[in-house]
Amino acid sequence: MAYILLRHREIPDIHEIDVYEKHGGFAALKKAVTEMTPEQVTEEVKASGLRGRGGAGFPTGLKWSFMDKNNWPHYVVANADESEPGTFKDREIMERNPFQFLEGVAIASYAVGANRAYIYLRGEFWPIAHFLDEKIAEMEKAGYLGERLFGTDYSLHIYTHLGAGAYICGEETALLESLEGKRGQPRIRPPFPPSYGLYGKPTVVNNVETLTNVPYIIANGAQAYRQFGTEKSPGVKIFSLSGCVNRPGNYELPLGTTFRELIFEHGGGIPEGRNIKAIMPAGASSSFIVATDEALDTPMDYESVPNVGAQLGSASVIVIDDSVSMDWVVEKTIHFFQHESCGKCTPCREGTYWMRKLIERIRHADGTEEEVALLKDVAMQIRGKCLCALGEFSTMAVVSGIERFAPDFEKAVATSSPE
Amino acid sequence: MSKTVTLTIDGKQVTVPEGTLIVDAAKKIGVDIPVFCYHPKMQPVGMCRMCLVEVGRPVVDRATGQVVKNEDGTPQIRFAPNLMTACTTPVSEGMVVLTESEKAHDGHRAIIEFLLTSHPLDCPICDKGGECPLQELTMRHGPPQGRFPYEDKIHFEKHFPLGELIYLDRERCILCGRCIRYQAEIVGEPVIGFYQRGRATEIVTYSDPGFDSYFSGNTTDICPVGALTTADFRFGARAWELKAEASICAQCPVGCNIVFNTRREAKSGGRVVIKRVMPRQNEEVNELWICDKGRFVHHYTHSAERLSRPLMRKGETLQPVSWEDALRTAAEKFEAAGKEVLVLASGRLSNEDLFNLKALADGLGGRAVLYGDMGGGDLTTLVGVGQGTNLATLGAGDAILVIASDLQEEAPIWWLRVKQAAERGATLIVANPRATKLDTYASFVIRYANGDEVQTVLNLAKKTDKIGQAFAEAENAVVFFGSEGLGLEGSQRLAVACAHLLRETGHVGKPNNGLIGVWQRANDQGAWELGFEPVADLQAAFEQAGAVYIVGADPFGDGRLTLDGVKERPFLVVQEILPTPTTEVADLVLPAQAYAEREGTYVSGERRVQRFYAALPPYGEARPDFAITAAIGKRLGLDLEDGSAEKVFERLAVTQPAFENLTYARLAEVREQWPIVGRGDLYYGGTAYENRRGLGVQLVPAAQREEPVTLPEVQGEAGPRPEEDEWLGVPVTRLLDRGTTVLLSTLLHRRIGEPFVVVHPMAAERLSLAEGQKARLTVNGASAEVTVRVDETVSAGVVLVPRSMGLPLYEPMKVSLKAL
Ligand SMILES: Cc1cc2nc3c(=O)[nH]c(=O)nc-3n(C[C@H](O)[C@H](O)[C@H](O)COP(=O)(O)O)c2cc1C
Ligand code: SF4
Ligand code: SF4
Ligand code: SF4
Ligand code: FES
Repeated sequence: MAYILLRHREIPDIHEIDVYEKHGGFAALKKAVTEMTPEQVTEEVKASGLRGRGGAGFPTGLKWSFMDKNNWPHYVVANADESEPGTFKDREIMERNPFQFLEGVAIASYAVGANRAYIYLRGEFWPIAHFLDEKIAEMEKAGYLGERLFGTDYSLHIYTHLGAGAYICGEETALLESLEGKRGQPRIRPPFPPSYGLYGKPTVVNNVETLTNVPYIIANGAQAYRQFGTEKSPGVKIFSLSGCVNRPGNYELPLGTTFRELIFEHGGGIPEGRNIKAIMPAGASSSFIVATDEALDTPMDYESVPNVGAQLGSASVIVIDDSVSMDWVVEKTIHFFQHESCGKCTPCREGTYWMRKLIERIRHADGTEEEVALLKDVAMQIRGKCLCALGEFSTMAVVSGIERFAPDFEKAVATSSPE
Repeated sequence: MSKTVTLTIDGKQVTVPEGTLIVDAAKKIGVDIPVFCYHPKMQPVGMCRMCLVEVGRPVVDRATGQVVKNEDGTPQIRFAPNLMTACTTPVSEGMVVLTESEKAHDGHRAIIEFLLTSHPLDCPICDKGGECPLQELTMRHGPPQGRFPYEDKIHFEKHFPLGELIYLDRERCILCGRCIRYQAEIVGEPVIGFYQRGRATEIVTYSDPGFDSYFSGNTTDICPVGALTTADFRFGARAWELKAEASICAQCPVGCNIVFNTRREAKSGGRVVIKRVMPRQNEEVNELWICDKGRFVHHYTHSAERLSRPLMRKGETLQPVSWEDALRTAAEKFEAAGKEVLVLASGRLSNEDLFNLKALADGLGGRAVLYGDMGGGDLTTLVGVGQGTNLATLGAGDAILVIASDLQEEAPIWWLRVKQAAERGATLIVANPRATKLDTYASFVIRYANGDEVQTVLNLAKKTDKIGQAFAEAENAVVFFGSEGLGLEGSQRLAVACAHLLRETGHVGKPNNGLIGVWQRANDQGAWELGFEPVADLQAAFEQAGAVYIVGADPFGDGRLTLDGVKERPFLVVQEILPTPTTEVADLVLPAQAYAEREGTYVSGERRVQRFYAALPPYGEARPDFAITAAIGKRLGLDLEDGSAEKVFERLAVTQPAFENLTYARLAEVREQWPIVGRGDLYYGGTAYENRRGLGVQLVPAAQREEPVTLPEVQGEAGPRPEEDEWLGVPVTRLLDRGTTVLLSTLLHRRIGEPFVVVHPMAAERLSLAEGQKARLTVNGASAEVTVRVDETVSAGVVLVPRSMGLPLYEPMKVSLKAL
């Protein structure tokens, strides 16, 4: 199968504008702007069944169609905050195939009538931001960005913006606050960005990977895109594979590929002949899937993964083998979420800290069985009460770890002692 | 009328306007949903998650669009899987809300338990104890026992000053953000903010001095825990020991409704003293807020320097005498002076005091003069704002003109309300000879040169530019006129010009229309209503008098009167609460009660008559002003009422047409106000007091009584202009000045700073002065050392001089300024 997203793996130097042009680059943008109405572009994306690759899997075309047409201007924001532990796909796209991503941003902007688009990158991505700035300048020079594109009335400018290194700024409303120059903390939703977004104006926020699919869909049509993936989860997805595998890395595969295929065929299996124990399909925010045969044969798409007790999310597949005790992983995830909790709402701010104290005691001090139960209780008490999804994410590994891998915690309690 | 929505909360039906939040709808029917971050005056943020409730909505059949019914015909309700925040969720038709279900209780218990994991629970030493929302909600909703080990709590350094007025206890802060949002959203001075994230988050101040805002004290009322406390009340008393009595702030013409919290304490020698000043809700005056001057200036009431006995001059010194001797002497001297009696009284006095003083002067055929240098009160009685005026209802389509006044310095709560009207869309025109903080919110800023005040108003009246047109076309229009850069005559002329502008554009005689004077004292408007007027040449009036009765004023301290070169000095009776330069030169000193020790009424700048009550017992032998005056009058055979303030007011009401039908009882009437505050649930609105002792009544101006209104002619120039090679000193009002009451505040004097002057950069250059440099300012032979500040919006020939600096500069005059 030819690549749709990671095309640089086949076409060296596709990050050079002439190389990108030679391989059909910007044809989709030109087609959209000169031959299609914004509504037609949106309809095509809707028909393709493309769903958001940032985690929530919301249908992209539908999101675009929600833009409030009675409130202007409109904005497009590309979410390049990529901070989920285990996720490293957007980075490869931007570093190696930047024009396809930027073309996607431009087509999305045209579809929703935005004359300005922003790319919000996590602070650590500053070299990528500089690189994209150069690429944007090249596109402007070549007439793919700027005033009156292709001789039409449509104008577009794209700007990059760096965050200061906070996981929460990947959450779309915290991202918008940060972009506005405020503290990066989530807003209450509703209203959602398509009705109240950047500077209070209708805004589409899409993940980098989501947008990078768009040129293909416009160039080849929705049906061509639908030949990949499943009925409800069409298209391709980049799976960021990491953890206890022989060949970690990004794999572009059709949605619906099984865990087994990803981990054992593409990823080369588990090192040193150990056995697979658990899978976290959506990075640190995942519940643990017990790696049974049934689970390994589950197709990785938005509908199937919940059947084995998790979500596909951003498809950052972390593999855990039998050399790892789950209480260790849980300590890592709790640590991460406690550190990244923005502190705006009570249950997440206080609850993650409490969980951290408990897991530390369980693992490194004289923790008790009761404290394991309490840890799960605290996690359950956080659930369903937070202002944004981060608080909810912080409980996933905790609850599923304690429920599905109880012996690991029993052992931790039995063997831990005060340092 | 906007659309309404009917829903059920805990089984009770309620109908509210569309868009109402669940929490407010519940409040209307007496269901108190617990909240911390929500405050009815601010935008909801949904941060604390305390207000979680179960929300169900009728199930609608997609195909038919009809509500699906149960077998018994009731609509089928589907509940949301998660609890929802009542403070961010608007009501919808047929909604069912459960605030007391097991699931909702679980939510409340969870949030309280989480909050307490980082709370020190030091209630026994916390100022908020006894009126603390967290304490209250923990008792109501908290778990019986916490599961979080005490030793895991994070500790911060306590008592962290955010400035010298407000202290922060970071351990107690529950990070609800109310204080930050109050400063940003309501005041527009975002001088405090969150720093860091997660559990390390803390409140910091960005300003120097810390928490630099005249409204900072209000954050301590809305802080739901004891994290923010005032330096004034910190460790001062326990909430349950305090008595509360309603009063009116006497520091400016806004007339904020307040409560004095008092306590009898050993620390103060067994006396009852004011422990703190709290806002009392009056949505038409001050809503739930007061400014820091009003909050912190009360210390003078128990100053050790208070006058407690009558004093009579014996040679060089003042000696205590009995009231009998004092009153007899005063009566004899006044009788002897007859028509040559001069009564000089200030707008610090209540209507009752002023009424008796006027009656005394009239009875003797003498003269009653208002102390002050601002004119125009005759015009506000004619075309003042109509009865029913409420600045909170001005908005889009309306206009407000503020001229010759720095509103934030002179009347802070008006500034706040005018700013908010502008934010609601009112056209705000700010006309001043220099930049003021209100400019930020103005649709139009007019910067005129000193001397062009009247011309500026005349230009507006021509309606030739868009500013004049905007004013003329406004549905409602209010003018605030002040006296900056103007003396008595100048401000009088400006008021006349403003009155004409209002009448010509049809903005008189109706609610939300008319003229408001930004007076220097709380009851100046009342004094004008009762027939007092200032005189242009006070010194001459003084010298011509046979006996002078100065009440509630310090003209010798202000440099308005002097004994230098006076050949034949009149007999001087001074009635005061504190010793002043004026009492020092008096022949007879009569000790008056502070207004907090007695009853009375004031008329605010918006012409609202408001009652204040006795919060403190009398001090020493001091008596109420009206009673002292009446006692003197009786000895002169005049029929003056001395029974009670209420009785004086009864007389006043029958003789003064504007006060017709007013009684103390009417002034004490209350109506239900929104938001509902101060009941059992301090977590909703904060600790501002509910108004139970009177909302007051607005006077009807002549124009609204449909009496013929004759306005004086507009006169050419208002204020003086700086001449060539001359510096014009212009007095400006600063909220925290060096006035007697402010200086006696144990807190505020630190904010007053050194005496300073403000000049244009070019002027500074010509005088070889730079920002921060010391200079000598000389006025009429008196001089003082000042620090120079530079401001490019000031006219080049002008030197701005804050009032009450001890220099005899009460209206624009020639000054000299030299580098030291
Ligand atoms: C805590 C948190 C972190 C998130 N981080 C990211 C991120 O790094 N990148 C991203 O694309 N979406 C992230 N999201 C999801 C975004 O909120 C949003 O759903 C997404 O950008 C929408 O784009 P899509 O529809 O193209 O997926 C995050 C969400 C949450 C709650
Ligand atoms: S859930 Fe956590 S990250 Fe999200 S708003 Fe609340 S404190 Fe912030
Ligand atoms: S100081 Fe008080 S009002 Fe401010 S955030 Fe903390 S608890 Fe809330
Ligand atoms: S605004 Fe005026 S009346 Fe109100 S509290 Fe301040 S000084 Fe007192
Ligand atoms: S979240 Fe509703 S009161 Fe704080």
